[in-house]
Amino acid sequence: MNTLTEVAFTPARQREVVDALRAVLPSSSVLFNQEDTRPYECDGLSAYRQLPMVVVLPENETQVAAVLKVCRRLAVQIVPRGAGTGLSGGATPIADGVVLSTARLNKIVRLDPYARTAVVQPGVRNLAISEAAHAHGLYYAPDPSSQIACSIGGNIAENSGGVHCLKYGLTVHNVLRVRMVTIEGEVVELGNEGLDAPGLDLLAVFIGSEGMLGVVTEVTVKLVPKPQAARVIMASFDDVVKGGNAVANVIAAGIIPAGLEMMDKTSSRMVEPFVKAGYDTDAEAILLCESDGTPEEVEEEIAHMSEVLRISGATAIAVSRDEAERLKFWSGRKNAFPAAGRISPDYYCMDGTIPRKHLAKVLLDIAAMEKTYQLRCANVFHAGDGNLHPLILFDANASGEFDRAEKFGAAILELCVEVGGTITGEHGVGIEKINSMCVQFSPEEREAFFGVKRSFDTAFLLNSDKAIPTLHRCAEYGKMHVRAGQLKFADLPRF
Amino acid sequence: MDQKLQAFRETVVAASAAKQPLRIRGNGTKDWYGQALEGDVLDTTAYSGIVAYDPTELVITARAGSTLREIGRVLSEKNQMLAFEPPRFDGLATLGGIVAAGLSGPRRQAVGAVRDFVLGAVLMDGKGDVLNFGGQVMKNVAGYDVSRLLAGSMGTLGLILEVSVKVLPRPVAQHTLQFSLSEAEALRQLNVWGGQPLPISASCWHRGELMVRLSGARAAVDAAIARMGGQTLAYADAYWDALREQTHDFFAETAQGLWRLSLPSVAAAITLPGEQLIEWGGAQRWLKTGADAATIRAAAVQAGGHATLFRGGDKSVGVFHPLQPAVARIHRHLKNTFDPAGIFNRGRMYPDF
Repeated sequence: MNTLTEVAFTPARQREVVDALRAVLPSSSVLFNQEDTRPYECDGLSAYRQLPMVVVLPENETQVAAVLKVCRRLAVQIVPRGAGTGLSGGATPIADGVVLSTARLNKIVRLDPYARTAVVQPGVRNLAISEAAHAHGLYYAPDPSSQIACSIGGNIAENSGGVHCLKYGLTVHNVLRVRMVTIEGEVVELGNEGLDAPGLDLLAVFIGSEGMLGVVTEVTVKLVPKPQAARVIMASFDDVVKGGNAVANVIAAGIIPAGLEMMDKTSSRMVEPFVKAGYDTDAEAILLCESDGTPEEVEEEIAHMSEVLRISGATAIAVSRDEAERLKFWSGRKNAFPAAGRISPDYYCMDGTIPRKHLAKVLLDIAAMEKTYQLRCANVFHAGDGNLHPLILFDANASGEFDRAEKFGAAILELCVEVGGTITGEHGVGIEKINSMCVQFSPEEREAFFGVKRSFDTAFLLNSDKAIPTLHRCAEYGKMHVRAGQLKFADLPRF
Repeated sequence: MDQKLQAFRETVVAASAAKQPLRIRGNGTKDWYGQALEGDVLDTTAYSGIVAYDPTELVITARAGSTLREIGRVLSEKNQMLAFEPPRFDGLATLGGIVAAGLSGPRRQAVGAVRDFVLGAVLMDGKGDVLNFGGQVMKNVAGYDVSRLLAGSMGTLGLILEVSVKVLPRPVAQHTLQFSLSEAEALRQLNVWGGQPLPISASCWHRGELMVRLSGARAAVDAAIARMGGQTLAYADAYWDALREQTHDFFAETAQGLWRLSLPSVAAAITLPGEQLIEWGGAQRWLKTGADAATIRAAAVQAGGHATLFRGGDKSVGVFHPLQPAVARIHRHLKNTFDPAGIFNRGRMYPDF
């Protein structure tokens, strides 16, 4: 079971699907010529490319429902797509399938400052919500670093986080209600504008389901008051283990920083020439530790955190004096991915999460792997929540490096699972890590996931080649790599 | 396999084969909650103990039968807490029970509900298979988030064996302010404050008095006190504890029916007869009333929310709010996925489920 329907993509089939879709959509909303569908052949993970048979751009919920009914009737796979900034290939087209872009569902329907909610269509950009709320002193908290481009629909698919999620939560913590269309073409509301809904918490399982359970048509998000002030500490350590312990000490002191990030020396040396953030490139580890709140609260917390960091062995501590300097301190961290692309022909970005107490072991093991696989690895780390982004640097044109990078990456993910962590903290499984799911979950667990999918997607037609591997697939352990040169939106900051 | 797990497995496999319902039960502190109790008791209390707790990870993992007294003791030694403030019911409520029931206390308005803190769970399904979902880390998007789905599932999807929850440090400072306000004034004030950067961690309006708890850094709490005015409430900890544990006078007499209305915080004052107590910045409205279920449910829907017959009253009207047909269908499919023989807490959430 669970293998996809194998319908060959013949011109006749394409014509059949296009004709059926044109019966329910304006013809300008149905794309099928290669020059029109080419922009949809990949998302942010451009190593995986596939031209879709058809792309549709519905303009309202009625059209979304009509598209789904057509696809259901003709048994066509649908790949929902937001802004296409995802890093795991969650929006990679299916050869004989339809890509459903939410680009034209891009309106902010309502913003209610008194209720602190915004009702938005799925194609609205993450940052556009905060911009609209700004005048009311409110914002939408999750801030994935691609937030100037990524859409709220895509955030729901991936349960996106950001650098502030230790304190402010992920998408799942900040969305009250989702309106979506099932594969049957039926409109369903999950959650509501109160704090809970009757029955099972379907909203919780829907968020992060990678577009495989339904197509979102409207979202109610929570808005929260903007902190009055924010400052960040930059601390240097002469040893990564000391840096890791400093993070634990901050938490043990009863502080939940607004942001807590770590970079190793390879990373800071990689970014400093690029962004000139003022990083101490002799330090083995750099910690960025942010506080936000009222000015008095920030003052108190910065003093407390500085003291903890000093006791933990920081060799240098700098505190941002103004907003410009705060952004400068962050700029290096936010540009780590593009910087990797600048110093290395290719890089492979991993996204494991580990219990923080194993950080030292994981970093030492990764250092040992650098020797085994004869490749360098730069580590950037959402230290507060344990999400590690090792960037394996390689050159695909150099003999054997591509193969070694792949093995190196797989070994890191296995290490993350081994220490009690997970193969993906925030980028999603998509196509990229689908094989590593075989490492993390048992056949029974994967079967339960398929059961969840079929509970919503009864026809098994929504993005069905993503995230959950079949038994058969787990037998073939496959490709995973990112070519830096091909990373789309290379100018977007990435975490 | 652990001996106790093996015993659970045998019970579950046998019950599934015979299609005999099992009633999952910890210390039975919430036997009164939900629809009918059906089936032989499957006692979880022996399956207890803290599996892992490292305060610097902000995560505790414990077996389902562990009591909140035990968990609370361990956490308070490290100055941490279950931030969603679940009712402990004399400390006897179990972790599995509180997750299954999905109950959160006063701090829910500020930090989130049980489901927001669940990071991972181990579940025994109707086949007796032990399934791991989520994990012990804050960020995890591998596979669908089944562990959060278990929060509030009333044990209908399987036997929760182990749960990992995020914990938070206790606030450095707390202070409670008291204001004399009408219901409408209190609702308005709470929503206005909600849009301001104030460290409000709980609120309760009852009989013309609004209590607001502030929690956080000393400086933040002091600044808020200066800004908000009001009187200081003495013995505030006892006050919030009574709300959390539902031992407040309001909860004493619930024979005619205690309803829980979950509404948008901005919903206007509910005009049904009876006595009200309002929490969560206006989003949770308790109502003791003899009004009929249809009227109450219609009022809740009208206001954009739903109504639960929380305690007492006539359960034949349905404890939980009826589901949209499409949502009900997804429920049945999910039930069938995890519990194909329909043995776990049959009828506890909905009569046909």
